[in-house]
Amino acid sequence: MNQVNSNTLELQELGQVVIRFAGDSGDGMQLTGNQFTRTAAQSGNDVMTLPDFPSEIRAPAGTVSGVSGFQIQFGNKVVNTPGDYPDVLIAMNPAALKVNIKDVKRDGFILLDRDAFTEKNIQKAGYTVDPLSDEALLNRMTYQAPITSQTLRALEGFDMPKKAKERCKNFFTLGILFWIYDQPSIHTEEWLKKKFAKKPSIAEANIKTLKEGMIYAQNASMFQAQFKVPQAPVKKGTYKSLTGNQATALGLIAASERAGLKMFLGSYPITPATDILHEIVKYKRFGVKTVQCEDEIAGICATLGGAYAGAFAVTTTSGPGVALKSEALGLAVITELPMVIVNVQRGGPSTGLPTKTEQADLLQAMYGRNGEAPIPIVAAKSPSDCFDQAIEASRLALKYMTPVFLLTDGYLGNGSEAFKIPRVEDLPDLTTTHRTDPENFKSYSRDPKTLARDWVKPGTPGMAHRIGSLEKDRETGCVSHDPENHNYMVRTRQAKVDGIANDIPELEIYGDQEGGDILIMGWGSTFGAIRNSVDKYRVEGKSVSQAHFTHLCPFPKNTLEVMKKFKTVVIAEMNLGQLHKMIQATYAHKAIALTKIQGKPFTEAEIAVVVDELL
Amino acid sequence: MNTQAKKYTKKDFVSNQEVKWCSGCGDFSILSQTQKVLSEIGRPPEEITFVSGIGCSSRFTYYMDTYGFHTIHGRALAVATGVKTQNPDLSVWVAFGDGDGMSIGGNHFIHTIRRNLDIVCIMMDNRIYGLTKGQYSPTSLRDQITKTSPFGKLEAPMDPVAMALSSGATFVARSTDRNPKHLNEVLHKAYQHKGFSFVHVLQNCVIFNDGCHEPYVGKEKADNTLMLKDGQPMIFGKENDKAIVRDGFDPKVVNVADVDASEILVHDENSSSQGQSYFLAQMSEGKFPMPMGVIRQVEEPTYDGAYTEQIAEITAKQGQGDLQELLDSGDTWTVE
Ligand code: SF4
Repeated sequence: MNQVNSNTLELQELGQVVIRFAGDSGDGMQLTGNQFTRTAAQSGNDVMTLPDFPSEIRAPAGTVSGVSGFQIQFGNKVVNTPGDYPDVLIAMNPAALKVNIKDVKRDGFILLDRDAFTEKNIQKAGYTVDPLSDEALLNRMTYQAPITSQTLRALEGFDMPKKAKERCKNFFTLGILFWIYDQPSIHTEEWLKKKFAKKPSIAEANIKTLKEGMIYAQNASMFQAQFKVPQAPVKKGTYKSLTGNQATALGLIAASERAGLKMFLGSYPITPATDILHEIVKYKRFGVKTVQCEDEIAGICATLGGAYAGAFAVTTTSGPGVALKSEALGLAVITELPMVIVNVQRGGPSTGLPTKTEQADLLQAMYGRNGEAPIPIVAAKSPSDCFDQAIEASRLALKYMTPVFLLTDGYLGNGSEAFKIPRVEDLPDLTTTHRTDPENFKSYSRDPKTLARDWVKPGTPGMAHRIGSLEKDRETGCVSHDPENHNYMVRTRQAKVDGIANDIPELEIYGDQEGGDILIMGWGSTFGAIRNSVDKYRVEGKSVSQAHFTHLCPFPKNTLEVMKKFKTVVIAEMNLGQLHKMIQATYAHKAIALTKIQGKPFTEAEIAVVVDELL
Repeated sequence: MNTQAKKYTKKDFVSNQEVKWCSGCGDFSILSQTQKVLSEIGRPPEEITFVSGIGCSSRFTYYMDTYGFHTIHGRALAVATGVKTQNPDLSVWVAFGDGDGMSIGGNHFIHTIRRNLDIVCIMMDNRIYGLTKGQYSPTSLRDQITKTSPFGKLEAPMDPVAMALSSGATFVARSTDRNPKHLNEVLHKAYQHKGFSFVHVLQNCVIFNDGCHEPYVGKEKADNTLMLKDGQPMIFGKENDKAIVRDGFDPKVVNVADVDASEILVHDENSSSQGQSYFLAQMSEGKFPMPMGVIRQVEEPTYDGAYTEQIAEITAKQGQGDLQELLDSGDTWTVE
């Protein structure tokens, strides 16, 4: 496996490692991080990653606002999060060091490009003294490698402008890391050859730099040890790395294909959801129609039009967009047309923290409409789970003729993990047909079991009918203001959504099946952090268990039963206690709210602060 | 697409819903003409979909025995965008009012026109909010007294025709509720046009804005309207004695007798330049006769048509999508 290492340094085994790559936006940190991730995954480690983009698109180079980051956790067992605090920080310039140094674990280390610590760069980062001259400031093991100059030296014979050569420095850094973590360079070499098939000289230069980085790490005698993270018990299969947004897009097209319906997507660009649109527009060969509309409202209204015309209809957005779409959501409810609304949640209220994550749109999804307008809610718990939950949300929408919310968030949308590629035939069969038989047809004829209204496409002979935003007679589908009829229709629409509880998995307990001391409940992206802390408690022999919601409306039927098994229920979420409120309102069962609202996911320590007290 | 010889009557397009407009409302005649035009076109009702917004006129969909989607205020064109894009084979018609189209749904009006979605859009303009009982609308006149402008409206009116033209509309026409024959002709032309067909219909609201279009539909209408005919000189008036000539960049009303015939402007519906249509759009208020009929009709690629073509091209190039292939694609690795 190891190609360069031939010296006698001992190889220390490690369980899990968190590396944060940080540099200027132009330093290629996302790419470097992704390459490391691929290689670790291909070596059999479990991986999870999270990029951290600067919020300004073109912040001045070298300043703290221009620092771009990428964090990966890889390990010898299941990895649930991209990690709280890095063991290793790669700092390509002083600003990257300044922004990230406080997060690095005390026993971690920093690898930095000494050449980037010029007086000018140090000033730009806002340091008054050279941080490298101040040991107290660093207070961590620091390796100062001459990355830029060594890169230029490595490429001496190459006919390239100096600037282009300098850009290869991220591969030198990657080479050093590959050596430290005993990873092979072959996967990245192959990737470079493929990527630059038309410009082989660029591939060659990067490969040369990568190898020189590995040689440098070996020869510089700088590092005391090499580390090895053994393989994780990863299931056999073929994998690829997907972000949550990519997985959502793939899940939606899979749902459309499994339903046998063409997909229609009406959308409007909004951070952090736009990547889903970016993906789906590539699928036109599947007959997918995407319309980038003039605004959020048109996005959902066009989607409704698409649904009415018989498509598998989807709209993608984030919280502020949902706010704009809420009137049309009510229209989707009253016309009982199927559609999936993806909300990649971000920090709010208002424009809030567009690039940061939060789970504060749960009550918006639940109640953010006028009138009684229930909409089922499904939430994904990890980047690759976005694929499965996109299919699940689609299944419910098509089967029950209803809009369905799929909640993800910025952390899931931008984070990535290894996605095990499924076989199409193993995916749920969502076959959906439109009604074409005019016999006894009424525009609000329903399936007696699911209460789903019949879906008749315009163009179908003999069944021309009208639907719309005014309340309709339960039989004829004509406009009706009759009090008794309204009562019936409101309760029927609610019963239809409530009935979904019979068609979704029960809430599972991870831990003490028969009950115990503490149950930590959550939903969405907090899954990994909660799972990590539950695991830690359980290793210590403490009775701490987990139950994580995928379905939030309706709740799984056994929710109360599960809660009752535990002495204390804690609900952890990145808001001020929205699931907590829903649980209280539905079950009047006492639970403790554990909340965080910093635009960042929970750390294990933050969960421990509350749970320790209760134990 | 429909080659059936089956003849339809107006009744085939009349739904079983009781029409609830105030008696005397201009919407009746517009509804009736639309039903008549559809029966004359001869397409089966199921191939036709009406989409409307909110307001008196938007009840239209419920009264048509075709497919219909009565949506929410202002959003008819956005919903129609989805319907038509998804199924270009349908004949999609939007029926709404001045509040829907010019005010709350103004953005969709601009952009649906810009896309040149191949639909017919009938705007029933009564210069008032009828369903909410008499507030001024964007097309109400300056100084108009309404429930929300008891001392007179302070804003200038908005002109739907000018708005449509500046958004790049490929078909723009104007007619009235009081001239059914003319409305019939205009609706036929609107249906035949491939692209966004905007039909501005001056409509009377007997309850809240009675007589608002009187100059253009009443006894004096010959002096106050210019009945456009393709290829014909712009002559109007009871005695056909007045004409439109150009005065710099502006229109000017002259007596036919006072000018050389060559000076009188000749209407060219299909003029590819916007010059003439903007010129006519200026004539909608005040000292000029209001142009009636087809103001502009040009061929341009439609959104739904281009979409179908693009998908066909991509599919020809890349092959029909294969889900397993898509799942398997990209940078993959195998764990043994
Ligand atoms: S209020 Fe005016 S526009 Fe509305 S139905 Fe009555 S007359 Fe017609």
